[in-house]
Amino acid sequence: MWRYLLPITVFVVIVGFFYRGLYLNPGFVPSPLLGKPAPEYDLPRLKDPSQTVGSKDYDGQVALVNVWATWCIECRHEHPYLVELAQTGGIPIYGLNWKDDRARALEWLDTLGDPYAASAVDATGEVAIDWGVYAAPETFLVGRDGTVLYKHISRMTPAVWEREFLPRITAECGGLPCTAASAP
Amino acid sequence: MIPELGQFALVLALCLALVQATLPIAGAATGRHDWMALARPAAVGQFVFVVLAFVVLANAFLSDDFSVLYVAYNSNSNLPAFYKFAAVWGGHEGSLLLWVTILATWTMIVTVGSRSLPEKFSARVLGVLGIVSFSLLLFTLLTSNPFDRLLTPIVDGNDLNPLLQDPAMVIHPPILYTGYVGLSVPFAFAVAALLSGQLSQDWARWTRPWTVSAWMFLTVGIALGSWWAYYELGWGGWWFWDPVENASFMPWLASTALIHSLAVTERRGLFKSWTILLAIIAFSLSLLGTFLVRSGVMISVHSFASDPARGVFILMILALVSGGAFTLYAVRAKHMVAEGGFKLVSRESFLLLNNMLLVVALVVVLYGTLSPLFIDALGLGKISVGPPYFNSMFVVPMLPLVLLMGAGMHATWVGMKGETLARKLAIPAVGAVVLGVLLPWVIFGSAGVLTVVGIVAGLWVIAASLFDPVRRMIRRDGARTLTRAQWGMTLAHVGIGMFVLGVTVSTSYNIETDRAAVPGDRWELAGYEIVFRGLRDVQGVNYAAVEGEFELRRDGTLVTVLTPQNRVYRVQSSPMTEAGIDARWYRDIFIALGQPLGDGVWSLRVQFKPLIRFIWFGALVMAFGGLLAASDPRYRSTRAESRVSSAAAVSVETS
Amino acid sequence: MWRPAVHRSERAVRPVLAAIALMLVGSASWAIDPEPAFADPAVQAEYQSLIREVRCLVCQNQTIADSNAALAADLRREIARLLNEGASREDVTDFLVARYGDFILYRPPLQPSTWTLWGAPFVLLGIGAIVVLRIVRSRARQSLAGDDPA
Repeated sequence: MWRYLLPITVFVVIVGFFYRGLYLNPGFVPSPLLGKPAPEYDLPRLKDPSQTVGSKDYDGQVALVNVWATWCIECRHEHPYLVELAQTGGIPIYGLNWKDDRARALEWLDTLGDPYAASAVDATGEVAIDWGVYAAPETFLVGRDGTVLYKHISRMTPAVWEREFLPRITAECGGLPCTAASAP
Repeated sequence: MIPELGQFALVLALCLALVQATLPIAGAATGRHDWMALARPAAVGQFVFVVLAFVVLANAFLSDDFSVLYVAYNSNSNLPAFYKFAAVWGGHEGSLLLWVTILATWTMIVTVGSRSLPEKFSARVLGVLGIVSFSLLLFTLLTSNPFDRLLTPIVDGNDLNPLLQDPAMVIHPPILYTGYVGLSVPFAFAVAALLSGQLSQDWARWTRPWTVSAWMFLTVGIALGSWWAYYELGWGGWWFWDPVENASFMPWLASTALIHSLAVTERRGLFKSWTILLAIIAFSLSLLGTFLVRSGVMISVHSFASDPARGVFILMILALVSGGAFTLYAVRAKHMVAEGGFKLVSRESFLLLNNMLLVVALVVVLYGTLSPLFIDALGLGKISVGPPYFNSMFVVPMLPLVLLMGAGMHATWVGMKGETLARKLAIPAVGAVVLGVLLPWVIFGSAGVLTVVGIVAGLWVIAASLFDPVRRMIRRDGARTLTRAQWGMTLAHVGIGMFVLGVTVSTSYNIETDRAAVPGDRWELAGYEIVFRGLRDVQGVNYAAVEGEFELRRDGTLVTVLTPQNRVYRVQSSPMTEAGIDARWYRDIFIALGQPLGDGVWSLRVQFKPLIRFIWFGALVMAFGGLLAASDPRYRSTRAESRVSSAAAVSVETS
Repeated sequence: MWRPAVHRSERAVRPVLAAIALMLVGSASWAIDPEPAFADPAVQAEYQSLIREVRCLVCQNQTIADSNAALAADLRREIARLLNEGASREDVTDFLVARYGDFILYRPPLQPSTWTLWGAPFVLLGIGAIVVLRIVRSRARQSLAGDDPA
């Protein structure tokens, strides 16, 4: 008797999942780095290749690591806000210039403004792979102890900053504004 | 023609579909002949207007009417006329119109072909088809209107996706849809049976040719898609277990099971409720596929631009049509149990096993396809399920099925002695094992266990299928020759054997290398010599290309010259690769250009693929077998016969 | 018998614009690396097999073996490097999963959330066999009782 109800039951369950699925994003790859130590790296600086910049530069601070490139259209769209954020955000932004052309990158920063405390040049993409980067722009929030607190994919906007980054920064700095100079 | 005419035609079709969907079924329930009689004219009228809408859209493409948004997105004035016509189904809205047109065509054919069926039954069948038509026409008009205008004028269109500018790609959707959508007919027959509360062996006999016909188109459609992917996408693969590929394969598995289940119902009157359930499942899987492609729920290379609003609408259609059918099944099916026995070794047993294994395969594919969604929705993370899973797990039910197939064909109805069957099969079995073990060693020099198993299985099915026909022809039994349906069955199974051989051999002995080469280089591949002659620029109608010239030689003599190209289609600046393939029935040689690496060096992919054509030849043979089976004269009842059977049916029907 | 050609992978100079165009279009054409250098054919076979099981995250309908995306090329290079350094297949998959999660593997890992997935074919086959057996038994009994309608 009950076996005649089996098909409709299975069907309802599947349709339920489909309905839920309409509001999910199947192509979004969540980062397994959340809550784990951020990758360490040491790469040539964009503006002065004889110097290096890396994770050691923001060790002990709360910082943003922003993956960008001149060939990335969304990076171009988020750039003005990043420039603003560099002034008002209260924490430093370190750039990771991903598989880019150095001359174009420099020109880009010259004309559009440079929000970065420093930009590291990842010519081979090895460091980006360590960070699990797959779609520029990506912005990581790194805590004082080097843990990845949050990752945002696609352009940074004021809404994203307020909704996702600020609460986590506030929690990290104990309710006080994090300044670039604050040490544990 | 003005596009608005097309839209108006769709609205008229919608109204007629509404009539077709409601009154005939109500008439069958209440016994009103005038309402039941509306079914046929409504269906015919719907067909006329839907076809008119399709013609209007086709004309908009062929006359470069870029004021229609859909045409602007999918066409270009430089597109060859053939592709302009195909561009009608190049995007979501147009392909939906194709879906609806094909449904209307099937409905039309059912209208004509069901004239000899009992009045109430055909009213219900057409009514159900009307419900499906109505839902899809409403969906088209409300969310996916192909006749929307582009208000700002443009100079020229966006061009058809270059991936679709290919002959195989052009015929693949219509043929696939014909199969896919055609499963609505057995579905309608099943729901009509549930509505009437009756299921006779006649019903099975009526339903079977429709099912086999739809199955046939589905087989060819899937094979075309696979073949196209192989030669066009150029990585030498022919099946990726992409969600939408699976979405077309699952109805195929279900309808294959249905054909076999119908055989039992027709012959012995058994498995009635199961057959009905399969018919409902098969078409529900078609609708599910339609949902998956257009909702954005799964990532797929086939996805049209997705929109949750459209997804919700299709889900509602699915809920109405399939959910309604499954509910009706839950209520009515228990009254359709039949009495009848059969022994352990009997055709019924084998067909039961066939169905079980096909359903297991179906569920494996379904579960594998939907698992990423299930796991994501439950918040358990994100996984991918791809070829490594499907290739290994699909074999689990399939291998037993292929092995049992050979035996099942020879089992007699009701029951037989196991020894009799074993004796019958001894020769083909031994032959298959001996050849299957020897041949790979002789031809290729090595063979793994799985390879041997696959080759034995393929040879076994072919041998077992041909054993009886060949034996009869040799003996010249005279009186008892095979019917068309029996030849159909024979060929269909031979086709499967060929397919299994093609898959096994091409997978096991395939050679694929990537290399960097300059003109003048020569190298050896599987006993052939390949010489890279050079490169030149070529201009096509709507593309510019770099073409490589390669000589294929064997023992010094020239076999052929292959000319793979790297194209850039001008309008979208999109690159496309055309592989150079030398195709023989026993092997393909396949060369594809990669990229220039500087200093005249190019990367290339070169492949040797033995017996790969058997994959698609096998499918064609299968489909041809289906054609023979469906056209067997026993399915065409004469007027006299049908009057008798419909009178009998009327006296039996109670609701 | 046939032996695959082995070529050193040069640091290919690819114009950035071509990379963008190819990335945007995806599966229409594909990148073919000349074979990375592997001294050991077994390692090479492992490489070939591995890159066909890793999902390209840019063109998500392809393996990194077939994808022309820059990320796919980078991942192929990393995998080749790891294998050359003596990593096992598991080491490579661990490396990828640590950075990108299970999504990057086309072969779903065996873990509690996928037990049903990997078990399904066998469990279903078992259930199916039992169901068939029960039906056949009951029908065989009917057959013995002499019930044989046309």
